[in-house]
Amino acid sequence: MADTKQTIRDFLAQFFGDHQLADDEDIFATGFVNSLFVMQLVLFVENEFSMTIADEDLEMANFRTVSAIEALVARKHTTVVS
Amino acid sequence: MTTDDTVEAKPARTVKCVVWDLDHTLWQGVLLEDGDVPLRPGVREVIEELDRRGILQSVASRNDGEAATRALERHALLDYFLYPQINWNAKSSSVREIAAALNLGLDAFAFVDDDPFERGEVAHEIPELLVLDAAEATGLPQRTEFTPRFVTDDSAKRRAMYRADQVRGEVEREYTGPKEEFLATLDMTFTIAPAAEEDLRRAEELTVRTNQLNTTGYTYSYEELDAFRKSPDHELLVARLTDRYGPYGTIGLVLIERGSDTWEIKLLLMSCRVMSRGVGGVLITYLRQRAKDAGVRLVAEFVPNGRNRMMFVTYKFSQFRETGRDGNLVRLEADLTEVPPFPAYMKVSVPAGTGGDR
Repeated sequence: MADTKQTIRDFLAQFFGDHQLADDEDIFATGFVNSLFVMQLVLFVENEFSMTIADEDLEMANFRTVSAIEALVARKHTTVVS
Repeated sequence: MTTDDTVEAKPARTVKCVVWDLDHTLWQGVLLEDGDVPLRPGVREVIEELDRRGILQSVASRNDGEAATRALERHALLDYFLYPQINWNAKSSSVREIAAALNLGLDAFAFVDDDPFERGEVAHEIPELLVLDAAEATGLPQRTEFTPRFVTDDSAKRRAMYRADQVRGEVEREYTGPKEEFLATLDMTFTIAPAAEEDLRRAEELTVRTNQLNTTGYTYSYEELDAFRKSPDHELLVARLTDRYGPYGTIGLVLIERGSDTWEIKLLLMSCRVMSRGVGGVLITYLRQRAKDAGVRLVAEFVPNGRNRMMFVTYKFSQFRETGRDGNLVRLEADLTEVPPFPAYMKVSVPAGTGGDR
């Protein structure tokens, strides 16, 4: 799923500028939550990967790194198929 | 009490922005034919009065941009109009441009034009718009749609605040670096303070006007808010924001119910105008720190209204977990083990002795 990761990195680039995020780098390193950013992130994942994120999946742990977001997307898509 | 945006629950229409035609509406005659165009009698007084009430105003005119701008300047009216649309496009598209720029719903707009063709085009394209003949212009201040329930200090400043937003927006579009670096260039100061008596009108107005960044949608009257302000079991806080372009005014409100071992956030809201400023989490961070210092649990209610999901997401990402549901209402409780510092891109000023020295 290299494409998924690249898509996520491309989206995040507009917030992190030149800084290249590693797959396991903490997006919320400071712990502070910028409401608009998290909403944009959630909507991006929903629109880009045609999925709805249920309330119980709206957790920082699912969005903390590029890898975590990819895992969330993969999990949701598997659930739909099975 | 209105907690959702259904048609039935919709309150009486209040116009937040009036879009004016120019020729034969704002002034007499046709600018490009007559050159010297005196204002129609009474129009200036109407514009000044609507401005005082906090109703925004703009222009949609098929005209030469430069000539029309100069004429508005000559009449000393140019400053009253935000995002004026002077071009040869359909007026419905001009109205849409203005609504998008101001981030306001089209149902909060009125359009004034002498030409039945233009009125028809706009009414057909945007049915939710209030469309008025120029002949009715001088009667606007007498109409209920143009009589807001509240006229506060912030009302009279609303135009200046939106004007500053326009400048901020232009600067932001030209800025290409990371968002947080941009936010840092704004020199923002976010101030949290106990609500004073003079804040109550604005607080009441915020509970009524704010839908998107509102956790519960509970509305409270002036008297109820005043009682909370004085109650030993409650805390009513207001938040203000300023930056290098000027003040945003009072843009946030929080009501906490303080029990001996648990504090409950009954209401937490922010004006949509500060949505892009990354301040939504500041109040929540402050409350978490306060509760942690006081050694109490911090719980919150959330009532979805179809438009406020951002606040739910903010709670969830700020270490609040769901503890139960009651119909539509979601109950949440904060994990207070680790409370993050305030964001580095702004200065946060809190009431003395309440955990701001971090």
